Amino acid sequence: MNHISRRKFLRISGFTVGAVAAASGIGPVLKGAKRINDKRIKGIQKIPTFCDVCFWKCGAIAYLNDGKLWKIEGNPEDPLSKGRLCPRGTGGIGAHFDPDRLRSPLIRTKARGKEEWKEVTWDEALDYIAVKMNKIKTQYGPEAVALFAHGIGGNFIKHTINAFGSQNFAAPSFSQCRGPRDVGFELTYGEAIGSPERTDIENSKCLVLIGSHLGENMHNSQVQEFAEAVQKDAVIIVVDPRFSVAASKAKYYLPIKPGTDIALLLAWMNVIVKEKLYDVDYVTKYGFGFEQFESEINDYTPEWAYPETGIDPDLIRLTAREMSKNKPSTLIHPGRHTSWYGDDAQRSRAIALINALMGSWGRKGGFFYPTKYSVPDYPYPAYPEFKKPKVDNPDKKYPFASEEITTGIRSATITGNPYPIKGWVVCATNLMNALPDQAETTKAIQNLDLMVVIDVIPSEIAGWADVVLPESVYLERYDDLHSSPFKEKFLGIRQPVVESPNDQKPNWWIAKKLADKLGVGNYFPWKDIEEYLEFRLTKIGSSLDELKKKGIIHGQKVPIFFEEGIEPKFDTPSGKIEFYSTQLQQAGFDPVPKYKKPEQPPPGYFRLLFGRSPVHSFSRTQSNRILMDMMEENEIWVNSDIAQKYGLKNAQHVKLKNQDGVVSNKIKVKVTERIRTDCVYMVHGFGHNSRMLKGAFGKGASDAQLITKYVNDPLMGGTGMNVNFVTFETEV
Amino acid sequence: MARFGMVIDTRKCVGCMDCVVACKTENNVPEGYNRDWIVTTVNGKYPTLNLEIQSQRCNHCDNTPCVACCPTGASHIHDVGAVVLVEHNMCIGCKACLAACPYDARFIHPEGYADKCTFCIHRVEKGELPACVAVCPTHCMSFGDLDDPESDVSRLIVSRKNHQLLTEAGTSPRIYYLV
Amino acid sequence: MQELTTTRHNPFIDPFTSVWGWEIPVYLFLGGLVAGLMIITGYFILKGKHKNPDSIVHYVPFLSIIFLTIGMFTLFLDLNHKLFVWRLYTTFQITSPMSWGSWILLLVYPALIANILIDPPQILINTFNVVSKWSRVINSKESFMNNIGFLNIIFGILLGVYTGVLLSTMGARPLWNSSVLWLLFLVSGLSTAAAFGHMVAKDVDEREFLAKSDNIFLISEFVVIILMLVGLMSSSQAHIQSAQLLLGGPFTAPFWVFVVGMGIIVPLFIQLLAVNHKIKHTPVAPLLVITGGLVLRFVIVYAGQFSHYINAHFQ
Ligand SMILES: Nc1nc2c(c(=O)[nH]1)N[C@H]1C(S)=C(S)[C@@H](COP(=O)(O)OP(=O)(O)OC[C@H]3O[C@@H](n4cnc5c(=O)[nH]c(N)nc54)[C@H](O)[C@@H]3O)O[C@H]1N2
Ligand SMILES: Nc1nc2c(c(=O)[nH]1)N[C@H]1C(S)=C(S)[C@@H](COP(=O)(O)OP(=O)(O)OC[C@H]3O[C@@H](n4cnc5c(=O)[nH]c(N)nc54)[C@H](O)[C@@H]3O)O[C@H]1N2
Ligand code: SF4
Ligand code: SF4
Ligand code: SF4
Ligand code: SF4
Ligand code: SF4
Ligand SMILES: [Mo]
Repeated sequence: MNHISRRKFLRISGFTVGAVAAASGIGPVLKGAKRINDKRIKGIQKIPTFCDVCFWKCGAIAYLNDGKLWKIEGNPEDPLSKGRLCPRGTGGIGAHFDPDRLRSPLIRTKARGKEEWKEVTWDEALDYIAVKMNKIKTQYGPEAVALFAHGIGGNFIKHTINAFGSQNFAAPSFSQCRGPRDVGFELTYGEAIGSPERTDIENSKCLVLIGSHLGENMHNSQVQEFAEAVQKDAVIIVVDPRFSVAASKAKYYLPIKPGTDIALLLAWMNVIVKEKLYDVDYVTKYGFGFEQFESEINDYTPEWAYPETGIDPDLIRLTAREMSKNKPSTLIHPGRHTSWYGDDAQRSRAIALINALMGSWGRKGGFFYPTKYSVPDYPYPAYPEFKKPKVDNPDKKYPFASEEITTGIRSATITGNPYPIKGWVVCATNLMNALPDQAETTKAIQNLDLMVVIDVIPSEIAGWADVVLPESVYLERYDDLHSSPFKEKFLGIRQPVVESPNDQKPNWWIAKKLADKLGVGNYFPWKDIEEYLEFRLTKIGSSLDELKKKGIIHGQKVPIFFEEGIEPKFDTPSGKIEFYSTQLQQAGFDPVPKYKKPEQPPPGYFRLLFGRSPVHSFSRTQSNRILMDMMEENEIWVNSDIAQKYGLKNAQHVKLKNQDGVVSNKIKVKVTERIRTDCVYMVHGFGHNSRMLKGAFGKGASDAQLITKYVNDPLMGGTGMNVNFVTFETEV
Repeated sequence: MARFGMVIDTRKCVGCMDCVVACKTENNVPEGYNRDWIVTTVNGKYPTLNLEIQSQRCNHCDNTPCVACCPTGASHIHDVGAVVLVEHNMCIGCKACLAACPYDARFIHPEGYADKCTFCIHRVEKGELPACVAVCPTHCMSFGDLDDPESDVSRLIVSRKNHQLLTEAGTSPRIYYLV
Repeated sequence: MQELTTTRHNPFIDPFTSVWGWEIPVYLFLGGLVAGLMIITGYFILKGKHKNPDSIVHYVPFLSIIFLTIGMFTLFLDLNHKLFVWRLYTTFQITSPMSWGSWILLLVYPALIANILIDPPQILINTFNVVSKWSRVINSKESFMNNIGFLNIIFGILLGVYTGVLLSTMGARPLWNSSVLWLLFLVSGLSTAAAFGHMVAKDVDEREFLAKSDNIFLISEFVVIILMLVGLMSSSQAHIQSAQLLLGGPFTAPFWVFVVGMGIIVPLFIQLLAVNHKIKHTPVAPLLVITGGLVLRFVIVYAGQFSHYINAHFQ
């Protein structure tokens, strides 16, 4: 029944040996990192690697001056960065110099959450972990240890945990981030959007952004392409309760009432269908269930949507016609962080459908078919048989979840159902700030026999760990090979640029060493990561040396659009684009998206919205002194009329209290015209309460702390988090 | 002789501050100081708003009150590109130039001398673009010789509506903002 | 509504420019005071007052050089790159008032020293044996005396004017950018100097004369202030806004209370009574004038830095 999760990653493309030798234009100055350990090489050294300040993984070149890390720039050979990093990437060197970094392994000495530690050796720390893990294994079975990890750095740890016998793994990138979108698109096209997004923004003639705040959301290639679209005078339509930076570039700005996007999307589709503005050929050829769809949306006129969304019916019609005029190069951006209100997979499906009406899937200026450099995996021994199903989604409660649900593991840890979880290994994800409802997270942690956190700084989640393991930052280590599905095939390498300043270790080393201690060292047959990388690279006719020098190698160009010869095939049950979803219908859900009114804030309360600052990544960069210098605290955006009504002055400090009585840190008010009167907004990631994070401690407020309520998406278990309401407390 | 200037397209600029970060690392600008910065102006009433984002820095003016007022000659006009520079070893840190600059483009480096944007002359002399221009992910900045009618900057100034900052201060600034 | 935000946050610059702290107003005040004292003593010398052993000509120059040195020292304190201060004297920058100023200061010293040598204090005579020899040379010819008086007047005027020009050439600061600021500082220097002389004068006639002159200086100062404000108010928007700093803005109270009220009106009133022999001369009025002169420098220096072409005072 769950069609989509089986078909994941169906379209992995082959590789071509001939293309590996593709010329590199960087020239001879580029050097692979030598043995950086022995002596400081005089003068300028350029070492290619890739960025890890977010998950976009831009190719980069780090510069050393007399052996000291100087700066980092984009690698011009890299299709993601095209030689330019985003501000976070450019400031990434600050991660190496961060004085608040974790220095050596720590073992907790006081109660959990007390941040009292003793420094220990790696052997002590890993022995401690191995003993506890093995104890959990004998008592509850290996699957009672769960792993949370986010990003490429988790690959090797995941391998260790799998080898140990557990497949319980989850990342916030699914249920707190792009999960609803990927599910909505998989249900419609049989394929997900993935990361990096398969959107051809640069060629789109009409770009519709629903929330996606490009320019603040700094995913590099997207911002570059966005600017290109602006330059080419593409029609930009922005739907956002806040006048985002993107909105300022838009021809049409739709100041939507939060949570009502489905109503707008239905009204758009209503206009497009009624006025026959859609790509009739495309829909006839590739669409399934269009008639049912047509009758379902028949009543959703712009006049119907008006009181819901607050958007003028004429403006809805006008923008619908603009979209249609530019089809098929009309891209209604699928968004990325889409876990907003709990009806998100359906909203994403509505976005998928309106794109289908435009015929933009598979077309230039719409969605391309990504291609990926494939490198054979390392031939590891088979994992031991997993005796129990994954813990996060028992009985397929969320039938369309195509990845694991973080909060599912969390609730199993609390309830012991479907089976107990007694150990957490948390790598590179600050669950305290990433998951909704901190109280639930701490409750789960209290049920654990072992809590391990692998991090680079003393994050909030590290504060709850029994053992904290300090990882080298990305500039100091090798990682797994990087090949992203994108417009062209490329393969990138991360290599150490500088040494770790203290006793930090790379994740591969930690994973291998822990595997040894756990008695599953046979799963790491390679001596060190260089041997591992060399092995994989020789399989594609390249070598570690080549990658270290070039940083990036390219594959052969392949078609990525229908126009270029991609065969239109859809991995849905009908083999077509599903305007009407029988899968959904059979599972008891709306086969065509329907609109439900969102819950409204009580009087005196405002919906809490949140987003990105261009100079920070989530909750990980606030103590990076370079980025801190750009922005050291967040502000609460308050509409100027509201500010006047409540007597709030610009730059005044307030505290925020949410509907459950939770009160935030103090935060500066930004009095602005750039937001609706029914909501307030802040940048996510601030308001750190880990005392060891000296640079960031107590600066600004944390949205995560105020998100005590969340709504699970019934299709896939995403956690809608835009459902909290706050009021101001001015006595500070 | 060349006369370097910049043209910045405010339609494309997203205010991401990459230019600021890049300047910081390229030029080792100390913590707490910036050679360039972003100014955002919002006009109007929600939802009918107009927002202009400008990446600002020293304008390398043609008329330089900062150079004129400098008692030691530390502030000077460089031979290459008529770029306005400060010779650290001649500067006494009197701050007259800070007060004289209508753009507040200068600051006192923690080591005591006046500092500001150099148009990355050390890069430009090697044929590279200034760090901020080279990093900008929206490609909204152009750099070049204003005296050369064929240069990108000259062409942009002719072909697009633009303005300079505080022309009423009489400094003849050499950074142009396209609107 | 217009919202303006900046991401710059440089010390001395943000949230508003304040590159100069107390050192510069003190320096400008002392410079003005010394300038005034030089003009007055120079005038007295030309008038032959040095023949009166009680004249301020005999002890004020020595005090002046001390004031000037303190002023130079506060200027030095303000420098952020102190080790390089000698760079001032390896060059002359014709467009830089500060360069002019540093050279003028260098010339002021010989003039003042010559002035001191008319009647050097005992301590100097004891320490440097050339002093009495030079003193004798100077006192030997009346034309030397006249030249000293003349030089003191010239350099006094240069010094006084310079303290204003230093600020008024800063086109970036609309409040300073006034064509009468040099006059204001010169007149204020003269009034504080006269007040100082009034306070320390031993000779009754001299005291009376200084009090009367001070009244004239105070009236002139008031007129110049009005002229300056009118000038600013009839100029560009930036200048009008800058004048408003003193007319309803944050610097209004100190300006009107301490500079105009307590520094000009009240002492003028007291001194008018005193010169008309309605009350006795006391140090009250002179002290008020001197304080007013000091506050004037503070207000002008601070408010001037605050004044700006764009209303860029970010919170
Ligand atoms: N600089 C920077 N860039 C990043 C990241 C980062 O940490 N820093 N993180 C990256 C990651 S992983 C992600 S997932 C993305 C997230 O970035 P996006 O996918 O762009 O995230 P959104 O949640 O859409 O962004 C929030 C925007 O949605 C608006 N919004 C809130 N509620 C509603 C609503 O009901 N309707 C509509 N139409 N709009 C609404 C908010 O006002 C705000 O402008 O950013 C990526 N890029
Ligand atoms: N309230 C709220 N919650 C959110 C979001 C939101 O906007 N608001 N956004 C959601 C989205 S879109 C996403 S993608 C997730 C992101 O969630 P996370 O990926 O958990 O993001 P961070 O909060 O940055 O936590 C990352 C942690 O990894 C650590 N780290 C950084 N680099 C390394 C490294 O090299 N090695 C190791 N071992 N650790 C490292 C950091 O110090 C930090 O503690 O959050 C989701 N949750
Ligand atoms: S988008 Fe920015 S932070 Fe993310 S990988 Fe690229 S350069 Fe690094
Ligand atoms: S880097 Fe470019 S887009 Fe970003 S703020 Fe600077 S000028 Fe604007
Ligand atoms: S911007 Fe300021 S510092 Fe730069 S040249 Fe012009 S006046 Fe001088
Ligand atoms: S601070 Fe330095 S550069 Fe500026 S005016 Fe003074 S001496 Fe010249
Ligand atoms: S030109 Fe160079 S010095 Fe000037 S702001 Fe740009 S990066 Fe900084
Ligand atoms: Mo995300």
